[in-house]
Amino acid sequence: MSGKDRLQVFPSRMAMAIMKARLKGAQKGHSLLKKKSDALTLRFRQILKKIIETKMTMGDVMKESAFSLAEAKFTTGDFNHMVIQNVNKAQLKVRSKKDNVAGVQLPIFESYQDGSDSYELTGLSRGGQQIDKLKKNYAKAVQLLIDLASLQTSFVTLDEVIKITNRRVNAIEHVIIPRIERTLSYITSELDEMEREEFYRLKKIQEKKKKIRALEEKRKAALRESGIEIKEAPNILEDEEDADLLFTD
Amino acid sequence: MALSAQKGRLIAVIGDEDTCTGFLLGGIGEINKKRESNFLVVDKNTSVPDIEEAFRSFLKRDDIAIILIVQNVAEMIRHVIDSHVQPIPAVLEIPSKECPYDASKDSILRRAKGMFAAEDLR
Repeated sequence: MSGKDRLQVFPSRMAMAIMKARLKGAQKGHSLLKKKSDALTLRFRQILKKIIETKMTMGDVMKESAFSLAEAKFTTGDFNHMVIQNVNKAQLKVRSKKDNVAGVQLPIFESYQDGSDSYELTGLSRGGQQIDKLKKNYAKAVQLLIDLASLQTSFVTLDEVIKITNRRVNAIEHVIIPRIERTLSYITSELDEMEREEFYRLKKIQEKKKKIRALEEKRKAALRESGIEIKEAPNILEDEEDADLLFTD
Repeated sequence: MALSAQKGRLIAVIGDEDTCTGFLLGGIGEINKKRESNFLVVDKNTSVPDIEEAFRSFLKRDDIAIILIVQNVAEMIRHVIDSHVQPIPAVLEIPSKECPYDASKDSILRRAKGMFAAEDLR
């Protein structure tokens, strides 16, 4: 993985500029995601605390409700069957709203009354007061449970989202950024090497040209010595290609 | 989702007779046009596969937002509850009349385990 794992790019200044921009982008993305994850975790902990509190209250509320059920049964007699047989339309329903935390949609349930009470006549003959109390207690319990359900859905959703976000943060931190950095250092080293090669080539050509010039001077001097005037100016419009100097001896 | 979010959704109950009666009096019971109820009364004759099937059918119905299940029944079909990971419908475990609430058995609280201190759980 180390050293080998880099993006496939041609080492050029252009690619280096692109890589630098990508590194910037990755770092920005990393910090943003980190912030998002922190915000979500904060909310998550709040919800967790509330869930635990509500779960504990739920125990008491349910106990109270069960107790009032026993009371009602004591006065009215067994009305379980009557209630279970007479189910018709739900009177208490839930609507879901959306709450937005750092771009995450959390469903919030809220209850509303819909239609009339279908058990108006239960306990008409006796135990009406107890039944009424029982209904109130259970309505309270349902309310609490609905709250708990919203908390719980938020909890599950947030749990999932936090996991995804953390996975992204870690992927950027430990995979993407190092890869871009390795690519950058690869490009830098390649560019340096190219520069050194270029420098060497220039030096070599310079040296050769110097040698050739010295030979030429010597030749001219020899010609001048022997009394021949040279009158030639180099033709700058000459079209022929330069000879390869680098690899000729 | 967007469509069903507008209309009201139901709360389903799986539990013993008394718990169901209580919640039905609270006004959450509904029997729809197909004669499907949103509650299941579990007595000593109800078999575990029946509970499991009822629970699964509640999960499938898109008009149910919350499923309340009594904890001792939840224990019987724990694997089904644990395999339900979607946020909606929310599955809530409630204490029943004869069994006190045991937080350490709750699927959600077990997932949350380790994130809170032990003394919070009392």
